[in-house]
Amino acid sequence: MIPVTYYIVLSAILFTIGALGVLARRNAIVIFMAIELMLNAANLAFVAFARMYEALSGQLFVFFVITVAAAEVAVGLALIVAIFRNKESINVDEMSSLKG
Amino acid sequence: MTPDLILFLILALVSIGAALGMLLSKSAVYSALFLVLNFLTIAIFYVLLQAPFLAMAQITVYAGAIMVLFLFVIMLLGPRSIEGSQQIAWQRPVAFSMGLVLLGEIAYILFGRCESCGPFTTLGADFGSPERIGDMLFNRYLIPFEITSVLLLVGMIGVIVLSRKKEN
Repeated sequence: MIPVTYYIVLSAILFTIGALGVLARRNAIVIFMAIELMLNAANLAFVAFARMYEALSGQLFVFFVITVAAAEVAVGLALIVAIFRNKESINVDEMSSLKG
Repeated sequence: MTPDLILFLILALVSIGAALGMLLSKSAVYSALFLVLNFLTIAIFYVLLQAPFLAMAQITVYAGAIMVLFLFVIMLLGPRSIEGSQQIAWQRPVAFSMGLVLLGEIAYILFGRCESCGPFTTLGADFGSPERIGDMLFNRYLIPFEITSVLLLVGMIGVIVLSRKKEN
């Protein structure tokens, strides 16, 4: 059997890559995808710990996270489309209308 | 090296490679396709971790619905690369070093606090099966489940309101 630490290390690496994507990329859609990657990394840790503690609640929580992610993606992509209609760009550096 | 471990390592390499591909590819379409590959490997990890129901939900909801939505929007906005040259020069190195710090912190917490992290015990075959999940979902977690449906409804209404063109 594979020790749970391997899964957690993998989850940590995936989470870091997702955080790097949010920090380094400027395309709003790619930033959004990086957020999805971070959610998935957290889900993987949840499932690994659910397996370790033999608690099904962890898996239920992942189920809820998937649902919330679906709602979040729908609203977020609608926001990106609305911003694109206004500014003709989804580069996050150009979304600075509130800047004084 | 047991077959399990070899399978895990290959899958982990594919998963990390796909995540890096998502991070580094210039085109948003390639990023989305790399992310689909990453989600599929994570679904296989769920199967390895005795969560077959979640694996199927992952494939249908994430790799199916969510990524198709992403590809739709990318195609709608035009798949051209929009990463301009007006990047802040120090942004990439700072992001990279902060990412390394984050990884180091997670690793420190893991190996400093994880006392009971041992190999897995064997479980009954029905752990994580749709029957057990459904039983918990509709008994113990009924109210969160209902709230989730309200959340999805609100999300749907929000999308309709946001994407509606102005009449005037």
